[in-house]
Amino acid sequence: MKCTEFLKELTDYLDGTTSATLRAELDEHMHWCRDCRVVLNTTKQTIEIYRDNQIYELPERLRIQLHQAIMARCKSKKEGKRSDAAE
Amino acid sequence: METIQKKTDPDTSEMVLVQAAKKGDLEAFSQLVKLYDRNVFRIAQHITHNEEDAQDVVQEAFLKAYTNLEQFQGNSKFYTWLVRIAVNEALMKLRKRRTSKTVSLDEDVETEEGAMPREVADWSPNPEQLYGQTELGDILKKTIQGLPPGFRTVFVLRDVEGLSTEETAESLGLSVPAVKSRLLRARLQLRERLGKFFNSRKSGDGKQ
Repeated sequence: MKCTEFLKELTDYLDGTTSATLRAELDEHMHWCRDCRVVLNTTKQTIEIYRDNQIYELPERLRIQLHQAIMARCKSKKEGKRSDAAE
Repeated sequence: METIQKKTDPDTSEMVLVQAAKKGDLEAFSQLVKLYDRNVFRIAQHITHNEEDAQDVVQEAFLKAYTNLEQFQGNSKFYTWLVRIAVNEALMKLRKRRTSKTVSLDEDVETEEGAMPREVADWSPNPEQLYGQTELGDILKKTIQGLPPGFRTVFVLRDVEGLSTEETAESLGLSVPAVKSRLLRARLQLRERLGKFFNSRKSGDGKQ
């Protein structure tokens, strides 16, 4: 297996969606190829770092304000619909 | 009053809430907002890079979902349907900000960057510990913001928000192979760019 072939399967390998046969071939390639091993490990770390460090959290105060605004707008939509139906 | 099932499997309780909301139960819709507002906000922030825009997206997306709830057939999860609305709203915001440039999910995806790894140095054993929390946050933001929208959106939905490949495809109106190829490129580009900060060679001196 060439490194380019390995790379093509990287996403499926990381997501655990490769067949057992292909997985064994990829493992075999990684055993001998340090570069691909590093690429795989650092790609895995990239995903984990983004997953573990949520960079955009909704502050609680803002969340409450947004929730009130959304529900007020939904309520007036609902009432609008009802008065349309009554007419 | 409709009774809302508690502590059931998330898909079932989501469906119960959607059914109740469809019948006009505002409290049920309010529960749906609380379930997903954080996710929608994060996705919107990732796409727009602007907190005000992200707040607008959250409001508009939920209002649109509420208005069009009758059109939601239940063939997919409510969340996937909601994300699709939110992504479209966020892209619209992005277009407004960048008047000179059209913005679409196909923009810049032909780039060769990251297709072949150039940097193959290993990372420090605990890369996150090389930086303080705020500094790490800035690095992660700057790095992902540098990706074309079509790549970062796929990465955010699939890897950060945990949607399946199929759900990501459905939310973005892309084919499964298109999602897979963008995900690979997004992951490789991020890896390459983060390497500048996390290479083991840098572990001695911390920051550059």
